[in-house]
Amino acid sequence: MTLALRLSAIVHRFGATVALDRASLEVRPGEVHALLGENGAGKSTLLGILGGLLVPESGTMEVGGTPYAPRSPRDARDRGIALIHQELSLFPHLTVAENVLMGTEPSRRGLWDHAEAGRLTQAVLAEFGHPEIDPDATVGRLPIGARQVVEICRAIAARARVVLMDEPTSSLPRGDVERLFATIGRLSAAGVAVVYISHFLEETRAVASAFTVLRDGRTVGGGPLSDVANDQLIGLMVGRTVSELFHRRPGGPSGETALEVADLAAPGLHEASFTLRRGEVLGVFGLMGSGRTEMVRALFGLARPARGRVSVGGRERPLLAGPAARLGDGVGYLSEDRKGEGLALPLSVADNVTVTRLRSCSRHGLIDPALQRRQSAERAEELQVRMRDPGQAVRTLSGGNQQKVAFARLVHQDADILLLDEPTRGIDVGSKAQIYEAVARAAAAGKGVLMVSSYLPELLGVCDRLAVMSRGRLSPARPVAEWTPEKALEAAIGA
Amino acid sequence: MRSDLRHRLVRLGPFVGLLLVVGFFAIASGAPERYLSANNLRVVLAQTVIVAIGAIGMTLVIVGGGIDLAVGSTIALTGVLCALAVRDGWAPGLAVLLAVLTGGLVGLVSALAITRLRVVPFIATLGMLGVARGTAKWLASQTTVNVPPTWISELAVTFPPVPWMLFAPGVWITLVLAVLMAFVLRRTVFGRRVFALGSNEAAARACGIAIDRLKLAIYGTAGLFVGLAGVMQMSRLRQGDPTVAAGTELDVIAAVVIGGGSLNGGEGSILGSMVGALVMAFLRNGSQQMGWPTYVQEILIGVIIVVAVAVDRWRHAQGGGE
Repeated sequence: MTLALRLSAIVHRFGATVALDRASLEVRPGEVHALLGENGAGKSTLLGILGGLLVPESGTMEVGGTPYAPRSPRDARDRGIALIHQELSLFPHLTVAENVLMGTEPSRRGLWDHAEAGRLTQAVLAEFGHPEIDPDATVGRLPIGARQVVEICRAIAARARVVLMDEPTSSLPRGDVERLFATIGRLSAAGVAVVYISHFLEETRAVASAFTVLRDGRTVGGGPLSDVANDQLIGLMVGRTVSELFHRRPGGPSGETALEVADLAAPGLHEASFTLRRGEVLGVFGLMGSGRTEMVRALFGLARPARGRVSVGGRERPLLAGPAARLGDGVGYLSEDRKGEGLALPLSVADNVTVTRLRSCSRHGLIDPALQRRQSAERAEELQVRMRDPGQAVRTLSGGNQQKVAFARLVHQDADILLLDEPTRGIDVGSKAQIYEAVARAAAAGKGVLMVSSYLPELLGVCDRLAVMSRGRLSPARPVAEWTPEKALEAAIGA
Repeated sequence: MRSDLRHRLVRLGPFVGLLLVVGFFAIASGAPERYLSANNLRVVLAQTVIVAIGAIGMTLVIVGGGIDLAVGSTIALTGVLCALAVRDGWAPGLAVLLAVLTGGLVGLVSALAITRLRVVPFIATLGMLGVARGTAKWLASQTTVNVPPTWISELAVTFPPVPWMLFAPGVWITLVLAVLMAFVLRRTVFGRRVFALGSNEAAARACGIAIDRLKLAIYGTAGLFVGLAGVMQMSRLRQGDPTVAAGTELDVIAAVVIGGGSLNGGEGSILGSMVGALVMAFLRNGSQQMGWPTYVQEILIGVIIVVAVAVDRWRHAQGGGE
């Protein structure tokens, strides 16, 4: 049988970094193929090459048995290859129809055919189970989940023979994930090959039948997905097994109260009350839009609480304090939006690590660059950040290493209370393990850690107690031993 | 339904500003019948022509996520070229064509610097600002170029050559071009691609749009309008002046921005930009009628630009947009 896709000995470099080192990939028509690997393993680079965004240094590609060497996304589209991006790549100012059809727009003599565009878009939206989305709605006004739907509909509309999906579910609510899987099933039944990248192994198993694992730019394994167990896959990806991922600490929390929150309400948050003790990791599980992020932002002064009481270390603190006052209270915050507000991407690792406590490396208001470098290098080493130099711009690091830099800042700040919002979102397994280690170390050092996540296995693996956020209300926290994944999910869905 | 209404209100914003300005001066001047007279309207519109034509092109550039700082000096360059051609005995029509095409060429060169040399539009056109101004002075031998009267001189006069035209021919030309460009931006594939480019360039590229070619088309087309504005400038002065229109690009950008254009790209409309140009023209005219010194006009226009954009941001926040 002719392969839908065949890549061999692909080499690609970014400057001095080798992103792909003779990588290969073979996908059969109608197959859903999982592309697995840590961040920085080269998965996105490989899809970028297939999608015509990057031109490889060497190697050969074939689509449907004939040579393929795209030099632009247009070439890729002409050969029936559609790429759905990791980051949303929509036009917020344009309508749904314009977003779905841009580049393949129906036209008559250069005029945009509005009626035909609406009809085509409606058909695609209906096919994906979202007939309620208006083709004439402006995309910037849609909720984030609907935007991802638009993004996926663009690939469906292109009637591609090969669809490349780079973490398509990262901002999708549960119901839409199932719709996406159904659509993938339909595409695959129609003979379309799907290459699928996700960090969720469970999800990958639900949708894919074959896999290829990349490590450090090389193809290190592949085959039918049913033949391998999860820890074998992770072993291939990182050379570690899954049991080493979580760092369970012996004994429960016994410290004094670090943070007490009573009856907190804010936009998107109805009611949250909890107590966080020193030396404890308290998990908050919730689906997207449940109010979990709103709670953390209100606590850190980034959103305006409507009511409630907040005490730090037993002393009541003003409810309407801003981030500066919260930092002063010894509260540290890790944003779920690493690129948007978590890090200053163009600045160096040293600047990013030390920015919340520059006093530690300055004298009379002047920064001592040597001291700043030394301090940040120590923190970075503690978090095992892979970098050349503390003076390196954070932008040049991989996603996982960026997140470790963001965490290193909390360590440097020496915060007593760590508010972590999705600390491992979109990062590779190895970096996840290192973040878990850092969380465990912080708790062991007597810090109070509040960890918000939508990834249950990590919460159950890392936390001492767990509370569930559902529709703006936080459940009472209970020891993790009393939770099962099913119970937590049930509480989150609010069944 | 409600958000639809709100959306309409957002689009009406610049009109409200225009009404406020006109209303204020009509009352403050103490002689509304004079301020609102047909004659004064002729004066204001004739004064607006240059900025308005420039703003048609600039809307295209700004919606596409770019900026063009070379407008003022390109107006001087094309005005001088037009004057030189007429002086040397070219047919007026050819002289106009030369000026318009030269404007387009200047835009293309800027776009080449942006696409080939990967220089950001601000810098590429800042460089072109100097190059075009210097070239204008060089061609004009650092002095003004006097021209014999032709029909070109009648284009942007306050009173039209024939009374039934009501307004100067330049005003009608501006109107037709504005309607044409509004149609192009809203209804053609090219226009929607310009919006797409300004809204999210990476996504536009990923959609298979030939970004570099699109930018050449945008700056080239905008340049044609700047060239025509140069012709209007020469028409008003009845000579080619290489030092004229310094800073006009800022008026043109202000017109687009007052009219709802966003310097981040993806937003803006021809109608809004035209209203923005009128707001500034009525403000200038009103200040003159009131006998206010020019520095008052400058301060007022500065304040209006910031207020207009602040109100626009505020309305967006109310509307729940991003």
